[in-house]
Amino acid sequence: MEVNAPMAVTAPVERRIAARFRVRWPGFVLDVDLDLPGRGVTALFGHSGSGKTTLLRCIAGLQRGDEACLRFGDETWDDQQAGVFVPTHKRPIGYVFQEASLFPHLSVASNLAFGQKRVVAAERRVSLEAAVALLGIGHLLERMPETLSGGERQRVGIARALLTSPRLLLMDEPLAALDLKRKNEILPYLERLHDELDIPVLYVSHSPDEVARLADHVVLLDQGRVVAQGGLVETLARLDLPTAFTEDAGVVIESVVGEHDEHYHLTRLDFPGGNVLVARRPEAVGHRLRFRVHARDVSLATARAEGSSITNLLPATVVEVAPADTLAHVLVRLDAGGTPLVARIARRSCDQLGVVAGCRMWAQIKTVALLG
Amino acid sequence: MILPAFSNADWAAVWLTFKLAATTTAILMVVGTPIAWWLARTRSKWKGVVGALVALPLVLPPTVLGFYLLVAMGPQGPVGKFTTWLGVGTLPFTFPGLVVGSVFYSLPFVVQPVQNAFEAIGERMLEAAATLRANPWDTFFTVVLPLAKPGFITAAILGFAHTVGEFGVVLMIGGNIPEKTRVVSVAIYDHVEALEYTEAHILAGGMLAFSFVVLLILYSRKGAKAWK
Repeated sequence: MEVNAPMAVTAPVERRIAARFRVRWPGFVLDVDLDLPGRGVTALFGHSGSGKTTLLRCIAGLQRGDEACLRFGDETWDDQQAGVFVPTHKRPIGYVFQEASLFPHLSVASNLAFGQKRVVAAERRVSLEAAVALLGIGHLLERMPETLSGGERQRVGIARALLTSPRLLLMDEPLAALDLKRKNEILPYLERLHDELDIPVLYVSHSPDEVARLADHVVLLDQGRVVAQGGLVETLARLDLPTAFTEDAGVVIESVVGEHDEHYHLTRLDFPGGNVLVARRPEAVGHRLRFRVHARDVSLATARAEGSSITNLLPATVVEVAPADTLAHVLVRLDAGGTPLVARIARRSCDQLGVVAGCRMWAQIKTVALLG
Repeated sequence: MILPAFSNADWAAVWLTFKLAATTTAILMVVGTPIAWWLARTRSKWKGVVGALVALPLVLPPTVLGFYLLVAMGPQGPVGKFTTWLGVGTLPFTFPGLVVGSVFYSLPFVVQPVQNAFEAIGERMLEAAATLRANPWDTFFTVVLPLAKPGFITAAILGFAHTVGEFGVVLMIGGNIPEKTRVVSVAIYDHVEALEYTEAHILAGGMLAFSFVVLLILYSRKGAKAWK
């Protein structure tokens, strides 16, 4: 054939993850049946003891369920009834442990090579140069793990996992063992991972800020069961979650840097339904930025407040009123032109203002928490 | 002859002792490693039983061990019948018989340090290797063995030194045949019986110096980094 057919440009097939596990221990049962997207970052979010790490270990094959069925795209990795179990070393996964778990007898370079050289050359899609550059560890290659800081070790651990060119990356609270400074050192690398590599990630975390910053999709686990799951923005704005999650209720808003105001040193962040002003950000106009609005930082008014110091006011429609974590408060879910908002207000105020589903209010946002 | 009191028979005893200890240690490393691995990893209810059996020579009088081995390996014993059927005769009063006895006698000194080293590695390293595509054998040779190296060195030193120092088992199943089963400890006993104190001193002093140096090496290594 002389003529080369034009290369078909198709998006890679999305391999969804269907996971059904039942694990029983004295005093603990994990019982989940999930269908997870094979794209982006999915956070498995819950308090300690919620079963999120057990679920991740089951998916990795590091742990067997009493009942188990796991499919990755059209591959079956675990099926108790059919007697199928693909051992961990034959699953195309990458796993990042809470502690980096580097091999202490091997240099950083040899740790990185450990997984890479065990993958057949044709399946290596992540090069050493790319992984080293992505995690910024070029200067550490000759060092021994014991000489690295906790943050450096974890970056090497992530690079080591990436170098097996996984088709699914599993991360078990990779930041939990680090102090705030080290966390902030690693988070930007995780964001780059998300932006630059097309590898689906399952990310276990108990930190709402980490989830809000990194995840696209979230699964809330409580006492071994799935409480809610879905897109990050919609799920976090739900009011019917157990109290454990509503104490820290709030929404995440995806915005774009719209304009900088050099005079007042402010930056305008645009999102569907409105914008907010925040203290001047270093990011360029057009840069995507996520921020969180805690329910406790949102108050409601029937009219646009005049003579107030609060600058961030959004017109919004009440969608739902629900009980909050205390009897004195209620949670109000609002729709601000397509962007969900949650306000936590006194139940008394709610009655006095006549807040019911469908009424138009002004949401006053006291503070926004920028992520990143 | 450097030392007038050191006879050819004594040299033969030293050489035989070295040969016995080296052979026993080599066999123990091969036999002891899987036992240590099983003991370090198993959740079986038999772990206690096997662990106790392995540790028995630590507390048992060597004559008891030697007696049962003698009976088992003798013409009427199950091992003796088997070796006779194989056409190699019976093992008591031969060098191979001594090796068998020494392997049992020194087993805990090899199994326990290796088992401790395996246990110290922890599950996490094995899991990390599995997530990096290493199958269990691969993991054993590239992660477990290098990390357990200090345990293996300790085991080899202890196994060797302990075999050099055995007496009771040798006497029971080896007797005192020059150049075949007469090891240093038995030779010392002979010299003392014959009131040849000079000869006994030389061998006994040599054993003392050897044992001290071995333990010195062992204890000086403590704290050395596992993978260096």
